[in-house]
Amino acid sequence: MAERVLMKGNEAIAEAAIRAGCRHYFGYPITPQTEIAAYMAKKMPKIGGVFLQAESEIASINMVYGAAATGTRVMTSSSSPGISLKSEGLSYIAGSDVPALVVNVQRGGPGLGGIQPSQSDYFQATKGGGHGDYRMIVLAPASVQEMASLTIKGFNLADKYLMTSMILADGTIGQMMEPISFEDAEIENYEKPWALTGTEGKRKHNIVNSLYLKPDELEKKNFERYERYKIVEENEPMWEEYMMEDAEICVVAFGIASRVAKNAIVAARAEGIKVGLIRPITLWPFPVKPLKAAADQVKSFISVELNMGQMIEDVRLATECKRPVTLCNRSGGMIPSPEQVLDAIRNAQKGE
Amino acid sequence: MKTTQILIAGFGGQGVLFAGKFLAYKGLVQNKQVSWLPSYGPEMRGGTANCSVILSDMPVGSPIITTPDVLVAMNLPSLQKFVDAVAPGGKIIIDSTLIDAKVERTDVEVFYIPATQMAKDAGFVTLANMILTGKVLKEITDVTYEGNKETLEAFIPAKKANLIEVNCQALQLGYDY
Repeated sequence: MAERVLMKGNEAIAEAAIRAGCRHYFGYPITPQTEIAAYMAKKMPKIGGVFLQAESEIASINMVYGAAATGTRVMTSSSSPGISLKSEGLSYIAGSDVPALVVNVQRGGPGLGGIQPSQSDYFQATKGGGHGDYRMIVLAPASVQEMASLTIKGFNLADKYLMTSMILADGTIGQMMEPISFEDAEIENYEKPWALTGTEGKRKHNIVNSLYLKPDELEKKNFERYERYKIVEENEPMWEEYMMEDAEICVVAFGIASRVAKNAIVAARAEGIKVGLIRPITLWPFPVKPLKAAADQVKSFISVELNMGQMIEDVRLATECKRPVTLCNRSGGMIPSPEQVLDAIRNAQKGE
Repeated sequence: MKTTQILIAGFGGQGVLFAGKFLAYKGLVQNKQVSWLPSYGPEMRGGTANCSVILSDMPVGSPIITTPDVLVAMNLPSLQKFVDAVAPGGKIIIDSTLIDAKVERTDVEVFYIPATQMAKDAGFVTLANMILTGKVLKEITDVTYEGNKETLEAFIPAKKANLIEVNCQALQLGYDY
């Protein structure tokens, strides 16, 4: 087994990105993700990479766009208000079909909000954020180890499907330290014939662009893109099932909420309540299959979230509203306690 | 199967996060499951700061501590904030140089250690945190006391290696108190 080291979640993302071959980081500081930029500032110059603190979030995402067009592995990171500023660029990157990795270590919103952990950018990440018909692959780590493994996975998926992978983390997972080992870093390499690498006079030049003034051409592009998204939806959903074998109640939670939920589930099991957890690891594509199957097994669902109830809509869609879905939540930077989740489980058991 | 939740709380600058980091590394070196979660943001710039460390035989669920088994309080606001949260049967370790108050609860074990004064007397005024951490090591059974030097070497950068010896001395003072 590879050596275990203690690392902050944010540092794990940065180290994993470097191991995944990322040599270009553009960003702008914001709590609670600044350690990513700090790590990159320290490491990139030593390995021939680029660390650049841009003048703004908008500048940094457009630097990502430019670098991505050359086919190089590139990333940026920010937290909620900063991601709003980057959203225009995210739409352009999607419209140009180039791969990039974007990290959102969420904090409470809306507006400038606060700096404490949150999951209130679920809609923004999974439903768009920027304008136009597009999707991002959204990966939700629940541990420092996953901060690293999903960063590597995110780069691979971005290259494979020519789209943005977003790591949707939160302040807790970003700031906490846990043991981590990097043994499983599996880097996939994809041909990039579309990349702007200079023709050297030997080939026709490539164009990376998101402007299509003829509506039939733009429609064709969008249809093609959604054919690709369909493949992603078929092949790439990731999830974890915990104590689901005999479960009569299913908790659905991602990221830090799933860890609180696990504590509550252990306590509920000790009281004899048959409860389990489905933890979406990809938020888009959403793991519809296991939730649909669970709807035939359990009597109700509880969506545990650090927001006012966002993922709960996808839980209802995935389960086709066959069973009641209740919300157990905190907002604004507060985190549900295991006791709060346990109470929600007890209520579900009573059929309330 | 055993899990111990340790909450260290004080002012920013007292070494709360460092003490927690040391305990987390103790766990790492001794093959425990560990998590370390700091308060972050404005606290780090001089307000109240705290740090949650969980040592366990099982994978750590939530890294957030709501009922600590061990509370280390390095200032009065932190003691007041967390004293009622400590699990019944838990332990509270107090820097009695900085905190006059006594704990009224009778279902917890309380240790009053004049750590800041002891640190001053010993000539390493900034290491009250490690004196208190030495007492934590005495009171928990998750990790052994031995190997502090190796643990410190695991995360103190080489250019600050001269600090390892005094940290060990501070730990010993607390352990022996």
